[in-house]
Amino acid sequence: MIGLQHYLVVSAILFVMGVLGIFLNRKNIIVILMAIELILLAVNLNFVAFSAYLHDLVGQVFAMFVLTVAAGEAAIGLAILVIYFRGRGTISVDDPSRMKG
Amino acid sequence: MIQAFAFYLFATVVIASGAMTIFARNPVHSVLWLILAFFNAAGLMLLVGAEFIAMLLVIVYVGAVAVLFLFVVMMLDIDFAELRAGITRYLPIGMLLAVVLVSELIFAALAWRIGTIDVSGGLAPTPDPAVVPNIKAIGQLLYTRYLYIFEGAGLVLLVAMIGAIVLTHRARGGVKPQNISKQNRRRPQDATRNINQPVGQGVEL
Repeated sequence: MIGLQHYLVVSAILFVMGVLGIFLNRKNIIVILMAIELILLAVNLNFVAFSAYLHDLVGQVFAMFVLTVAAGEAAIGLAILVIYFRGRGTISVDDPSRMKG
Repeated sequence: MIQAFAFYLFATVVIASGAMTIFARNPVHSVLWLILAFFNAAGLMLLVGAEFIAMLLVIVYVGAVAVLFLFVVMMLDIDFAELRAGITRYLPIGMLLAVVLVSELIFAALAWRIGTIDVSGGLAPTPDPAVVPNIKAIGQLLYTRYLYIFEGAGLVLLVAMIGAIVLTHRARGGVKPQNISKQNRRRPQDATRNINQPVGQGVEL
């Protein structure tokens, strides 16, 4: 029988994968945003697993709110990315010192 | 038995596609691997009976967020080879940190199992799925106790939508847009005039 620990281990590995993605692809904002989505997915998996194994529905309700915030964050992040690219012609975040204001 | 098999299948694929998401050379491939990861995570959630969240994950993430990523990746003309320059430099220390972090998390999860933390007595006990379906139970909770947070979530989405539009909108020169309120404000006596035109002379405008 699959226990709660199995789910926790899977979501821990997925979470660390997202952190590693941010760390490795630190120049490429698109992959950083995708890694953030992976992290939020791991969080959601944790919420749902705890909700199922503790027989408490609140976890699933909160997973929905995490989903909402993730969708909004992706939309705003990609909008910022598009205007950044429009003004600079590259999405490299190596030199953010030019960002003023 | 079949449940355990399905769990290990979904878990393996979700971890593998998560790894491919961050290691793929082409960001388009990254997005496609991300979609696969979301599908398999939805499968994992189905296995524990969270049907609504699983379907929401497929609809929202695969249907909206991943397609948005795909649009942006394909729309912008980016030199991706240059962006991957430093990846080998950060790989050893990154792997070290990742191994430390994942072993700590797994250790914490296993310690939680043998610990004495009492988490029983939840806020909203799950009703029997045979009597009240998952979607109905979530709806009953969401529209009563969490109504204000639910409306707040709607507000977050509204702000995100307006923010994305305001950020990416640019006023282009050379187009002649229609100004409806200006058109509606225009009255006949302002727009026309009667003149007594003498014969043999030009019209004065």
